[in-house]
Amino acid sequence: MTAILPLSVHAAQVRRRGKTIVGPIDLDLDTQGTTIVIGPNGAGKTTLLHMLHGLARLSQGTVAWNTPTQDAQTKQAFVFQAPVVLRRSVRDNIAYPLILHGVLKSEARRRAEDWAARVGLAEALKRPATVLSGGEKQKLALARALIREPQVLFLDEPTANLDGRSTREIETILHRTAAEGTRIVMTTHNIGQAQRLASEVIFLYRGRVHEMTRAEAFFKGPRTPEAAAFIKGDIVE
Amino acid sequence: MGEIWQGLTAAFWLIVTLDSDLVEITLRSLYVTLTAVAIACALALPLGAWLAIQRFRYRRIVIALLNALMGLPPVVVGLIVYLFLSRQGPFGALNLIFTPTAMIIAQVIIVTPLIASIAHQAIRELWADYHDLLISLNATKRQRMATLIWDARRALLTAALAGFGRAIGEVGAVMIVGGNIDHVSRILTTAIALETSKGNFALALGLGFVLIGLAIAVNLMIHGLGRTEREGTW
Ligand SMILES: Nc1ncnc2c1ncn2[C@@H]1O[C@H](COP(=O)(O)OP(=O)(O)OP(=O)(O)O)[C@@H](O)[C@H]1O
Ligand SMILES: [Mg+2]
Repeated sequence: MTAILPLSVHAAQVRRRGKTIVGPIDLDLDTQGTTIVIGPNGAGKTTLLHMLHGLARLSQGTVAWNTPTQDAQTKQAFVFQAPVVLRRSVRDNIAYPLILHGVLKSEARRRAEDWAARVGLAEALKRPATVLSGGEKQKLALARALIREPQVLFLDEPTANLDGRSTREIETILHRTAAEGTRIVMTTHNIGQAQRLASEVIFLYRGRVHEMTRAEAFFKGPRTPEAAAFIKGDIVE
Repeated sequence: MGEIWQGLTAAFWLIVTLDSDLVEITLRSLYVTLTAVAIACALALPLGAWLAIQRFRYRRIVIALLNALMGLPPVVVGLIVYLFLSRQGPFGALNLIFTPTAMIIAQVIIVTPLIASIAHQAIRELWADYHDLLISLNATKRQRMATLIWDARRALLTAALAGFGRAIGEVGAVMIVGGNIDHVSRILTTAIALETSKGNFALALGLGFVLIGLAIAVNLMIHGLGRTEREGTW
């Protein structure tokens, strides 16, 4: 299997209603590690991830994976900020990406059961996914994203609605996923979580990459006053 | 008043003894309408799904047209189908005029816009929910449509039932294209119209009760579907 990384983004911009909401962005993602995107509400974190994943149309610039876009897209997965839940059972939700890829239903379901167990949804397999709690829906979305074993996993605030215990469970899964070689790009508002998971940090501010550095360096001494204030927990506008 | 009462008791007996005319007419009605609704669904559901997910230049116009077609007077549909199928018409050679098939064609034209419109509404809402995920998963157009139709199946069943309700009670179009011929194209509504005009209230009322029964059954099903949908069970 050819690697879709590294990713190279050049002068990329996303405009909505005539306003630039992200960009111009220049960045490179190498093959290893976990990149955490932080920044205040409305900084453009969600839009940036959508842009990298090909969900937001570029008004300018390029997002170039190591393989052709079509191929690269099938090897990425995305966990949305507001989990999308199909009106099906939990098991069929998780199996869905495999079904799309032509995997036999019985096989897809068997693997879905494995993944449900890994995220702690083993008890809920046959339940309609729409009745899950907010946190359970996020776990479902994570399992559904992991089932295709993507090379790159985008997560948009995957633990925003979770309690401490569920957050730890998810972080454990993400640690393991990263250790198995999946490249993670994730947003969070939880600085502690960023410190636990990140190997690299992007501080996004007003649609621009304000800082992009190794995690230790960033948390030890951010170079910009905005990032410093943000880490301290001050309000950055 | 006495006449009505007599009619009611006679109708009651026609139903409990399964009068052969009554059964024949009821079965033909069901055959015509169920076939028409099945064909209409086969056309309308993919059309509704396609209109929901596909952006194209004249989309709004097509949707407006669909809504306008919903209000098409059935009698006019009957007239147009008649002109096409009559001996002198362009499809006269097919010998379809005054057959159940002609009635099915008319009913398909009457209910397809209705079912497509309701289906489009339901699928568009679901598409708004599913959009990002299905794009992210690289689902093909066909896969998107299949997923949306399957996951909206309750709303779509409701649409089909609404179509059934409209078609089973329709009289104008089927009267024109079917001709209300005994043992050939006589169905519940046309028979009621005929028997009433002949003063044969017992049979007319008996047929009327069957028709009402069908309509109530359909509404109960729509209601039941709505409830299971809200409770999230399926
Ligand atoms: N479709 C759109 N039309 C207009 N403006 C938009 C659109 N989508 C996003 N925006 C704007 O772009 C900015 C960035 O939005 P985005 O969702 O990427 O922020 P975010 O960093 O993810 O915020 P949060 O932390 O609240 O999730 C916001 O100001 C938002 O209002
Ligand atoms: Mg966001």
